[in-house]
Amino acid sequence: MAANAPALTFIVLFLPILAAVLAPGLTRFLGDRAAWVLALAPALAFLHFCTFLGEVAGGEVVTGGYAWVPSFNLSFSWFLDGLSLTFALLITGIGTLIVIYSGGYMKGHPDQGRFLAFILLFMGAMLGLVVSDSFLMLFVYWELTSITSFLLIGFDHEREAARRAALQALVVTGGGGLCLLAGLVFLWNITGVTQLSLLVHLENGLRESPFYLAALVLVLAGAFTKSAQFPFHFWLPNAMEAPTPVSAYLHSATMVKAGVYLLMRLNPVMGQTPAWEILLPFFGGITLISGTLLAVRQTDLKLMLAYTTMASLGLLVMLTGFGAPHAVEAAVLYLIAHSLFKGALFMVAGTVDHETGTRDLTKLAGLRAAMPITFGAALLAALSMGGLPLFFGFLAKEEIYTALAAGNPRAVFFTGLAVAGNALMFAIAFAVGLKPFLGPRIETPKHPHEGPAALWLGPVVLAALGLLAALFSGLAHRYVSSPMASAITDQKVTVDITSMPHLGLPLMLSIITMVLGALVYWRLDTARALMVRALENLGPGPDRGFDRLICGLVRLSVAVTRFVQPGRLEIYITATFILLALTLLVPPLVFGELPGVPAWPQNLLVQEAAFLLIALIGILAVVRATDRLTAIVSLGIQGFAVAVIFLLFGAPDLSFTQFMVETLSVVILALVMTRLRLSPRDHRPVGQMLFDAVVATACGLGFTLLLMKSVEAPFDNLLTDFFNAYSKTIAHGANVVNVIIVDFRGTDTLGEIAVVMITGLAVLALIRVRAGSRTGSGEGR
Amino acid sequence: MEALFAILIGLFFAAAIYLMLSKHTVRILLGVVLLGNGVNLLLFTTGRLTREVPPIIPAGMDALPAGAANPLPQALILTAIVISFSFFAFLLVLTYRAYQELGTDNSDEMRLAEPRDEERPPMGY
Repeated sequence: MAANAPALTFIVLFLPILAAVLAPGLTRFLGDRAAWVLALAPALAFLHFCTFLGEVAGGEVVTGGYAWVPSFNLSFSWFLDGLSLTFALLITGIGTLIVIYSGGYMKGHPDQGRFLAFILLFMGAMLGLVVSDSFLMLFVYWELTSITSFLLIGFDHEREAARRAALQALVVTGGGGLCLLAGLVFLWNITGVTQLSLLVHLENGLRESPFYLAALVLVLAGAFTKSAQFPFHFWLPNAMEAPTPVSAYLHSATMVKAGVYLLMRLNPVMGQTPAWEILLPFFGGITLISGTLLAVRQTDLKLMLAYTTMASLGLLVMLTGFGAPHAVEAAVLYLIAHSLFKGALFMVAGTVDHETGTRDLTKLAGLRAAMPITFGAALLAALSMGGLPLFFGFLAKEEIYTALAAGNPRAVFFTGLAVAGNALMFAIAFAVGLKPFLGPRIETPKHPHEGPAALWLGPVVLAALGLLAALFSGLAHRYVSSPMASAITDQKVTVDITSMPHLGLPLMLSIITMVLGALVYWRLDTARALMVRALENLGPGPDRGFDRLICGLVRLSVAVTRFVQPGRLEIYITATFILLALTLLVPPLVFGELPGVPAWPQNLLVQEAAFLLIALIGILAVVRATDRLTAIVSLGIQGFAVAVIFLLFGAPDLSFTQFMVETLSVVILALVMTRLRLSPRDHRPVGQMLFDAVVATACGLGFTLLLMKSVEAPFDNLLTDFFNAYSKTIAHGANVVNVIIVDFRGTDTLGEIAVVMITGLAVLALIRVRAGSRTGSGEGR
Repeated sequence: MEALFAILIGLFFAAAIYLMLSKHTVRILLGVVLLGNGVNLLLFTTGRLTREVPPIIPAGMDALPAGAANPLPQALILTAIVISFSFFAFLLVLTYRAYQELGTDNSDEMRLAEPRDEERPPMGY
């Protein structure tokens, strides 16, 4: 291992994102050949991760990282054990083939560069997700995969179905991601660690915590939405709106397995509890059986594959949580087998669609002569999916039955589920991988012929790997399956199953599965008709429910907006002042903090009393004024009375300013009012007037009480003393008010001047705009 | 003395708010002017009232004489007077222009930004 390995890994983690940045430009320059160049990025990453195989197989863990936000103890750190390394290899390996395949599939598409950029961006996110060590990094990458998935599903954004599917996937998986975040915060609070590498080796504490169940449910919400478990499964079939490379990559081989990855990752610390061993097999089992049944109903190749993907994810979740010996090994083997054969079959479906113009199973037959290479790949993949001996799928199925089959009722029940699910998947495998190629030729929209190398390379490599991995199972187990199973169980596990059938209960169950599957394949049309009828009786599913939810959400927000913002100023002002009155009056009443009854001022001077009275008369006159002149004059009276009050109580500066401002106000008001031709008369009905008067009086009373209460308390001289002490000595000014304004609080004054200036400009603009754009503002009338 | 002011200030607020609750922009404008004065008097009174002696340090002294007015609320109010005047001027011009453009001083009929029968957002995707 080279000394600069961490730096290299860091670069490799960002290699797909770098390629994504280059993709649009490169595509413009090189056309569809750009994909071959861009595929170098994941290929190099794949090779880099291969160099860790030996080390990780030996039981070591490769870690590395850099400080990200040291003050928050956050680091960008990764760790590679058997689990994350296998995922990294699948992501980069299949990713390489997918990028090449995309080049062929999207050939000539005007937005090919954008498509490749999105795919590579997703790859970077997914890679980051599986190697993340810190919780936060895991969450960020988790949501990034949701966002890139949104972009890819909605790639064909001019179709409403694609937009809907994209939004649905984002809402479901993104919402699940938020649950995951909450779950991770729980885990952090319970255990005190924020790194997965530390978490998985915790001896105890988590399972015994009273918050274990809450954390588990939140984490499961994240995992189940991502991995399309019932009842969140509906987004996955809809995601088939995306171009086929996306379906092959995100929605079968990689992203949807993120949920399974999370469950496997947390198995050492959260597994082996009753809740875990009930919830996972239960939801996994339902997903398995409903997925396969829904798959039988479909005639669209992609949708059939999508529903079996959902079923396979159910099977993986079920195995991860089953808890019996060999269950985890079975999950590992099935996960690898599934990534290989499902990726291949999706690409085959895409090639068939691309070359014939349809992917409707009932309109396809006899393609074997026209597309021999694709047929070969499809058949190999179908054989693995069907679980026939010599293929990796067979190994997985043997291990599944070894794990499940036992004497107790729970085992019998789940064995039955697995046999039924696998049998249906067997039928679908051959319906997709064999049926379109057999029989007499049917006319298709396009004349079929073998696709270019870019289109068959991926399926051939993946399908062949499904065979090779089984033939050289020793090697595959040593470097991949055993380290991965060891990482999931956190103890040394050796997987040693081979592709040679050996007599026993598992083999018998396998044979039953195949016979049942062959029966369903033989009578597929009957089975489909049966399912269609059964589902019609069931009524609308969660997919319709999603539409209702979104519509309901829009309606609710419209209703709330209309309620909060009815568009009438009066309502806003009334609400504001009612709230103000409540704030002022309720706390003193509740906490018993009303002011005491004040004594009548003994030494009130005549002139003081006179001006207080004048101010009072002024405001009453303003309120009662029925014509413009009275209103303006009485407004002036109260203003000047206030100015005199300031003068009487030792504030000459305020007084002079108030005099000037009042004079200006009255003059301006008089000028404008004569032009407005409006009367200030009150037009409100009496009831409304009374209500407004109550609100206004309540506010006024509130302020009176507030002021009385606050002057009851002794005055705090701190600030006044400060300004008093330093006005002359430091600022060299005798007029303390002026010193405060221009010196101590100079910046405030600057802000004040700015406000006045901006107001002036706004007033000017408002007046000038009329002359210039009389025509433009005509619609305002 | 402060209690008397408190009552007057309460009346200022009540009158201002009563005027602002009206639908007519001119009355709202009058209310805003009263509100400004009410707030200024409130600030003034919280700094406690003293008679006649302004907060000016006499020659030969380094600090205010005993019984001088509190300078701090005065500084705050000085700023507030100017700002409320700017506010008043802006509102006045806005009212004037709104009347010219819309032909009404009734705020209920000014529905340009929030029309009465606004279209619902689309329900599709």
